[in-house]
Amino acid sequence: MRGRTIYPGKVGGEAMVSKEPIGFYGGIDIKTGIVIEKGHELEGKCVKDKILVFPYGKGSTVGSYVIYGLKKNGVAPRAIINKETETIVATGAILAAIPCVDGIDIEKIKDGDVVEINAGEKEAEVIIK
Amino acid sequence: MHLTKEQEKMLNGEYGSIVSRMMRLLVRLGDVYGAEKMIPVASVQVAGVSYKSIGDPGLEFLQDVASEARVKVLTFLNPAGMDLENWKELGIDEKFAEKQLAIIEAFKKMGIVISATCTPYLAGNLPRYRQHIAWSESSAVSFANSVIGARTNREGGPSALAAAITGYTPYYGLHLDENRQPNVVVEVKAELKNSTDFAAMGYFVGREVKKGIPYYRGIRDADVDDLKELGAAMAASGAVALYHVEGITPEANEVETEGIEKIEFGEEELGEIYEKLNTGDEPDIVIFGCPHASLNEIIKIARLVEGRKARKPFWICTSRAVKEVAERMELDKKIEEAGGKLVADTCMVVSPIENMFSTTGVNSAKAAHYLPGFCKQKVVFRSMEDLLR
Repeated sequence: MRGRTIYPGKVGGEAMVSKEPIGFYGGIDIKTGIVIEKGHELEGKCVKDKILVFPYGKGSTVGSYVIYGLKKNGVAPRAIINKETETIVATGAILAAIPCVDGIDIEKIKDGDVVEINAGEKEAEVIIK
Repeated sequence: MHLTKEQEKMLNGEYGSIVSRMMRLLVRLGDVYGAEKMIPVASVQVAGVSYKSIGDPGLEFLQDVASEARVKVLTFLNPAGMDLENWKELGIDEKFAEKQLAIIEAFKKMGIVISATCTPYLAGNLPRYRQHIAWSESSAVSFANSVIGARTNREGGPSALAAAITGYTPYYGLHLDENRQPNVVVEVKAELKNSTDFAAMGYFVGREVKKGIPYYRGIRDADVDDLKELGAAMAASGAVALYHVEGITPEANEVETEGIEKIEFGEEELGEIYEKLNTGDEPDIVIFGCPHASLNEIIKIARLVEGRKARKPFWICTSRAVKEVAERMELDKKIEEAGGKLVADTCMVVSPIENMFSTTGVNSAKAAHYLPGFCKQKVVFRSMEDLLR
């Protein structure tokens, strides 16, 4: 699948898929990378080293700083794939230097799929292995 | 997007990784909003200062930026979560204060002026007509665009910081002539007696026009304090970042009003807003200065309370710069003798007043809008004169 690069990079890993949007501030614990939002479909799971797939971000703009903090604490996802990256996630991914791609039909990616991302300066490619 | 050689160098990391990331952020946001290039900015105002709102993630990020980068242009700071000097006597928790001061230290290291105010234009950061700037605070954005005629989008904390560090902002939105045209005319029929009436009108119009650009007709006169309240209210009940006032704001005679929608603001609408914003009966405290009080407002308050004793405490929030001048004029003494207090660097919405009071009296529609949610307050919304009566 082809998409748009938000932040470039070439990485692969196991997909963790959320059909719901993710709010990073108050949604993911910055020290452990565990999803803590009550009732969220990923609640209790750890995003560390995953290819995190979700439609778009939601909630407070402080979420950008949380993405940055996850990376600093070594518990960030390896990459982010969105349907549409809004400014909170875009800002966070760019500041944290986490490869991030949007414009992808994320319904084709299943939880646990091995996914490869090749994100150039502008265009990106997502391959399900 | 077209980038100059200098901007390419920034992007490619020749000035370090922080500058590179900041430039990448701006380029990416510019792509999303369809900007064709970057433009230099003359002034920046950064929001996201209170520890209550940005927490440890924000603090760590700012410390990392400060370890490597400095700002390129005059950059001011939004209010903090406490008075940066008198926090102890105002009962702020030590741990909170420590974190807040660490945030301030990081900004200072970057070369940002610790103005801690939502009214930079009253405290030493005054852009000129048609100058491109990158400001964050919604009421300051509205004032700069509308009253001064400078040009800014409403920036988030990180994007404003990125503009300060690179000296550029993507060229889109309110930076362009064609996006500064009004889309609704407001016919003002009500008699506006004070800045609180202006605030009430702003609250009504913001709610009606949402993200639009209103053009006011029928306002005979308005001073800087009236316009400050008007813009703040529209940015709180709606997301208005620019408005025009016939005969008063600088771009009003350059824009086109033919054939656009019209709404009316009369005595009935004015009454409705007062009714809506008044949720309490008797205030436990009265707080002025949302947005931060001007020197003229402090002079007015000092005159109104001189030689009297207030039944309830009252605070006036302002910038440190204005407070210093007020102190030189001994206005603080008159206010303190009457039972009031001048508070600098912070604002009622970001301070923990819910632990001390349950009903707050305000003359600002922006404050009346945010206090019930952020600080669990009932609100008495009246003019300065009525609240001090």
